[in-house]
Amino acid sequence: MHKWWGCLVAMLLGLMAGPANAEYRGGPIKIGVLNDQSGLYADIAGTGSVWAAKKAVEDFGAAAKGMKVEIISADHLNKPDVGSNIARQWYDVEKVDAIADVPTSSVALAVNEITREKNKVFLAVGPATSDLTGKACSPNTVHWIYDTWALANGTGKALVQQGGDTWFFLTADYAFGHALERDTESVVLKSGGKVLGKVRHPFPGQDFSSFLLQAQASGAKVIGLANAGGDTINAIKQASEFGIVQGGQKLAGLLIFITDVHSLGLKTAQGLVFTAPWYWDQNDTNRAFGREYLAANGRMVTYTVVGVYSSVIHYLRAVEALGSHNDGRAVIAKMKELPTDDKLMGKGSVREDGRKIHPMYLFEVKKPEESKGEWDYYKQLATIPADEAWRPLDQGGCPLVKH
Amino acid sequence: MFELIGVPPQALFGQLLLGLINGAFYALLSLGLAVIFGLMNVINFTHGAQYMMGAFCAWMLLTFAGIPYWGALVLAPIIIGITGILIERLFISRLYHLDHLYGLLLTFGLALIFEGLFRRQFGSSGLPYTNPIPGGTNLGFMFLPWYRAWVVAFSLTVCFATWFMIEKTQLGSYLRAATERPDLVQAFGINVPRMITLTYGFGVGLAALAGVLAAPIYSVNPVMGSNLIVVVFAVVVIGGMGSILGSILTGFGLGVVEGLTKVFYPEASNTVIFIIMAIVLMLRPQGLFGKPK
Repeated sequence: MHKWWGCLVAMLLGLMAGPANAEYRGGPIKIGVLNDQSGLYADIAGTGSVWAAKKAVEDFGAAAKGMKVEIISADHLNKPDVGSNIARQWYDVEKVDAIADVPTSSVALAVNEITREKNKVFLAVGPATSDLTGKACSPNTVHWIYDTWALANGTGKALVQQGGDTWFFLTADYAFGHALERDTESVVLKSGGKVLGKVRHPFPGQDFSSFLLQAQASGAKVIGLANAGGDTINAIKQASEFGIVQGGQKLAGLLIFITDVHSLGLKTAQGLVFTAPWYWDQNDTNRAFGREYLAANGRMVTYTVVGVYSSVIHYLRAVEALGSHNDGRAVIAKMKELPTDDKLMGKGSVREDGRKIHPMYLFEVKKPEESKGEWDYYKQLATIPADEAWRPLDQGGCPLVKH
Repeated sequence: MFELIGVPPQALFGQLLLGLINGAFYALLSLGLAVIFGLMNVINFTHGAQYMMGAFCAWMLLTFAGIPYWGALVLAPIIIGITGILIERLFISRLYHLDHLYGLLLTFGLALIFEGLFRRQFGSSGLPYTNPIPGGTNLGFMFLPWYRAWVVAFSLTVCFATWFMIEKTQLGSYLRAATERPDLVQAFGINVPRMITLTYGFGVGLAALAGVLAAPIYSVNPVMGSNLIVVVFAVVVIGGMGSILGSILTGFGLGVVEGLTKVFYPEASNTVIFIIMAIVLMLRPQGLFGKPK
């Protein structure tokens, strides 16, 4: 009698284990989302990125493929030392396999080096500095969604073509601001424009009136804001107060997120021209995702959150194809080999230097009367095709690129 | 046209004026801190959060009750002042018999809690608040927005009125006496604990007032106060802890110094105040206007 039961149980177990032949056998995978969850960049990514990473695991169908994926998260407070400590602890103690997001370029550059040293995977989404695929490029890092070169290229070119050929920069005084200023300056010069001056402001800043006054006095046609988040919001708000735009000067928000526009209000933000890789109202899939995110997080999805979603899906795809996730370098190589494809970013690829390639778009902030409701903020002006949107492979100075 | 260290004089005048305007915020905030410290011996680290709550209160009054800026200017300091009174009664009053450090830790903890709650509710990127007096005038050397002119004039008035009340009126003399010898003043039939509570409420109200003034020009977000409070503490230390006049003059003065740094060496503009603080502490530990103990 007992034998009978035993046989039956064994048969049932055998049946259940049947499909497991195709299962992933590399053991549990741990992804750490590291970003600003309490400071001025918290709304740009923050806990929303954690939500997106979990969503990506779900949409990839990891569980059905036998992949056990755990998402953990931490707040780096925008400080490189805090970020480095967390990264080391995650890799050494918590056995994290990949770190995702990491806005604030100075923190990201630190995590980039630690990841290389430990041979893990860095899915850089939040940091903007183009150095991550330039002189700091690493065989353990891919850079998703945007970078300073692409932002500068889109916005800089468009504004110079519209006649904005003299520029003054307001630059956040750290790695990201410097990179954004440098990349924009080179686009402006190449397009036939001139840079009349620049001022580096402390990060984070509060009062920009003094810098705006210097920009005003320079007589430049365009004031380029090489900063982000709360700094950009404060600068635009105060520029409107000092009558900069009414005075005939144009503001170029080089890095604008939808949460910034929301915070400024359309009345203050209208007319801003900027470059971005994704907008929630572009098609039905984006709209559905946007609404779901809004319901879960209380604010509209920013493109860095979309980048976390897209990069985690591609990471899991590469891990699945490889059958293992222990060798970070091998996973990144696989990510570069496989084409990217997900519902939000569509089809694309990852270049040799780690740059994810896709089209970018030029947007303009709507006038208050053009907006049909909350979060209806952008008008699409142009599409920048994938082959024009990114820095040419041979110009970044990435040592991984064979000449 | 002559130039001063590479900067034309028009630009310099503009920057001096802007420095004065920013100094108005420092003065108003450090004044509240000085009142609270001078009369209660409490180092109020919640001050930055209370400034932020003042700005949010103005936004809420506008959004939920339709009360415009001018109404908020009166109501927000009262509302936040009342929350301050509750905080003093519930928490701070229990620490008077202990060292300053306990009050500091308590108020610091409260600040973190308030910021966390507001971040949870409203997010970190901030809320829009429309400028009630847009436009401005061209002074020849700079464009002066009407709103900034209003901020300077109004905060100067508030600062002077506060100084006058504390240093020159009978109520002020009671307050000062209660600080020196609470037991003696109580013996004269004056309710000292209530006076202390109201003083805290008043100091907090000043912070909220600065918050309302800031709402139209700075991003209204949960960390707007924590960025500012460290600087304001430096202002108070330079002026002399507890000195009312000292905190007002140093507030305006350091605003100007910071403004000039923004022209000559912008990268140092957020450190210059701390450099001055270090020098003052070395040469005159009681602060520029403080009395040696």
